[in-house]
Amino acid sequence: MFNRREFVSATALAGAALGASSTGCRRTTYGVLKADDAATLTAICDQIIPADEFPSASQAGVLTFIDLQLMGPYRRHQKTYRDGLKQANDWSRSRFGIDLAQASAQQQFEIVSALEKDNKPFFDLVRAHTMQGYYGNPRHGGNRDAVSWRMLGLDEPPLRGRAQYDLTAGTKR
Amino acid sequence: MKHVNAVIVGAGAAGGIVAKELSTAGLTVVMLERGKWYTAHDCRKDDLRNQRTTVLGNAFGPDDDGNPRVAVDAKGTIRTILPSEGGYNNNAACVGGGTLSYGAQAWRYMPQDFRMRSTYGAPEGSSLEDWPISYDELEPFYDKAEYEIGISGDYSGTPFKGPRKRDLPMPPLPPNREFGILEPAAKRLGLHPFHLPMARNSIPYNGRGPCMRCRWCCGFACEVDAKNGSQNTVIPIALASGNCELRTECMAAWILTDDRGRARGVTYIDASGRWQEQSSDIVVVAGCATESARLLLNSKSKLFPNGLGNRYDQVGRHLQGHHYTGAIGYFDFDTYDDLGPGASIAVTDYNHGTPGLCGGGMLANEFIRLPIHMIDRVPKETPRWGLPHKQAMRAWHKRSIVIMGPTQQIPTAAARVTVDPAVRDKWGLPVVRFEGNVHPHTFEIGETQSKRAEAWLKEAGAIHTSAMASHPTLVNAGQHQAGTCRMGDDPHGSVVDKHCQIHDVDNVFVIDGSVHVTNGGFNPALTIMAVAYYASDALVRNWKGTKFRS
Repeated sequence: MFNRREFVSATALAGAALGASSTGCRRTTYGVLKADDAATLTAICDQIIPADEFPSASQAGVLTFIDLQLMGPYRRHQKTYRDGLKQANDWSRSRFGIDLAQASAQQQFEIVSALEKDNKPFFDLVRAHTMQGYYGNPRHGGNRDAVSWRMLGLDEPPLRGRAQYDLTAGTKR
Repeated sequence: MKHVNAVIVGAGAAGGIVAKELSTAGLTVVMLERGKWYTAHDCRKDDLRNQRTTVLGNAFGPDDDGNPRVAVDAKGTIRTILPSEGGYNNNAACVGGGTLSYGAQAWRYMPQDFRMRSTYGAPEGSSLEDWPISYDELEPFYDKAEYEIGISGDYSGTPFKGPRKRDLPMPPLPPNREFGILEPAAKRLGLHPFHLPMARNSIPYNGRGPCMRCRWCCGFACEVDAKNGSQNTVIPIALASGNCELRTECMAAWILTDDRGRARGVTYIDASGRWQEQSSDIVVVAGCATESARLLLNSKSKLFPNGLGNRYDQVGRHLQGHHYTGAIGYFDFDTYDDLGPGASIAVTDYNHGTPGLCGGGMLANEFIRLPIHMIDRVPKETPRWGLPHKQAMRAWHKRSIVIMGPTQQIPTAAARVTVDPAVRDKWGLPVVRFEGNVHPHTFEIGETQSKRAEAWLKEAGAIHTSAMASHPTLVNAGQHQAGTCRMGDDPHGSVVDKHCQIHDVDNVFVIDGSVHVTNGGFNPALTIMAVAYYASDALVRNWKGTKFRS
């Protein structure tokens, strides 16, 4: 027999598992990001937050988040993204002879490390936006199904008032 | 437009109180507020767009479009800043001002906070001064604020406080887990921990229900309207008096003066962009430290070529906020219980009396950290990205406590607000320009406070702690901004007298954080409110005698 808290946790985990496996519904067209830029950005974001038993940045909708914000409050960063993504891909081609999106995980890691060292303004921007998209409110297109909040063990939906207590035992949960 | 007795510019912590006191005393009042009137329904729980985390904009104003400010750093580099960026030093722009979305810590300053120069002497390069009023003069008005706004908490655990006539009107919220961890540790260190005072209902009060203890508090409007600001306490009373009209989305441009040098009203731009003039007997400026200074500086005329109240170049100087320092501690057990607002326990042992330091500050645990706040608070040695960072987020989000506090800032005349000669806002008005930086002694106090926070966390069982102390190179004002129209008896060193009346013009008042001579080692909201009650009291008594007509 589930109490309310266990029930909510159980459904939350089931949801997270679904979210992780449903990469098939990932967007392929974006408002601002061109297809090849989106592929490069996917590689960078997924280095910043890779998949483990919980989804990676792109699996959690971070690209949708960034794309939406680049049409909104982050309009001012569009050029930084265009230039930075092109540079990252150029580095990958000159170093490994292939696009960053096709490079191996180790090669992608090297390129992102190089970005952090040699184009810090761009890297810091992408890192901040990736974190915002992953850990921020799902209403902005990222953190799909509140997957990061569940990963941290936060109740989703949040429990309020009497629901915070296990009334059957008469103690606080 | 119909002549009124008083125009109040700004419907925030102080403006709302002045409106209530004046309108219920029979004066006719028009309140101009440049923002909108939000309600509990506007609590969107959006952790990327609120007043604490503003990466996608300020939820309660101002908007990123057409409201720039300018900052000049020590090297002379000039930078234009958007409202959602840190250096903007934003508070809010809405009915209620900062009190709609604040964390709502409602502190009284201590008696020494009003006598900083007499207590410590002014450090070199500082403009540390005494207030012209004492804690004892303000005490009845602190009490009035605590009861009319509605404060919960319990000061009984600490001897480090000013004398008070009665207890707070509401008991504290039940303790959260961090309180249980930190209280015995503080006592073992010989400190005096207690339930910090909050402008938040812990029981039904003022016709509204108690806090439901959610995660989205500091920076958000309260979903159940249990957080007490001017927008849900004094402003409704002012409007119900029938003497007060609140005009929202109205931007004050300048104060009008006549050829005798007295104010005759305010020019403003209304919600549809039309320029309007509202004539009045008196003008009350309550726009917070940065914007009040800007309004006075933009009120230039033949008699006041440098702006109103600025005969001795004092408007905009002594800008202060609080230098926040503290520490984070990591634990090998869960510290997080998801019970808002999070901040629950404080000590005031360190506010005064440390040899070699001019003051100090209160230390308290932090408001609930949302996941977005944890990103740069994982242990320092953690890589900034990749799997280790993701794992650290999982490992520490529920197993960390932050203790921090507002270090009393040492004021300087060079830290100031001016108006920019070139940059204009969307109405064409010169914008705020910040100059100067923080006095170095402030950093010394802050570092000491960080070490104290670390010691407290270690005593509480933290397996690892890390100090949080930054050294900003620009002015530091933010939501606790204060000091730009300092009160004093000497017109050469201050802008307003002890009753917040500007020295130059007897029918213009500045009533908000601008008048704070020093800003205490506490969140300033309750002191802003107490000063507003104090100044309104004098204003109304004077009005009944003279009506400020010369």
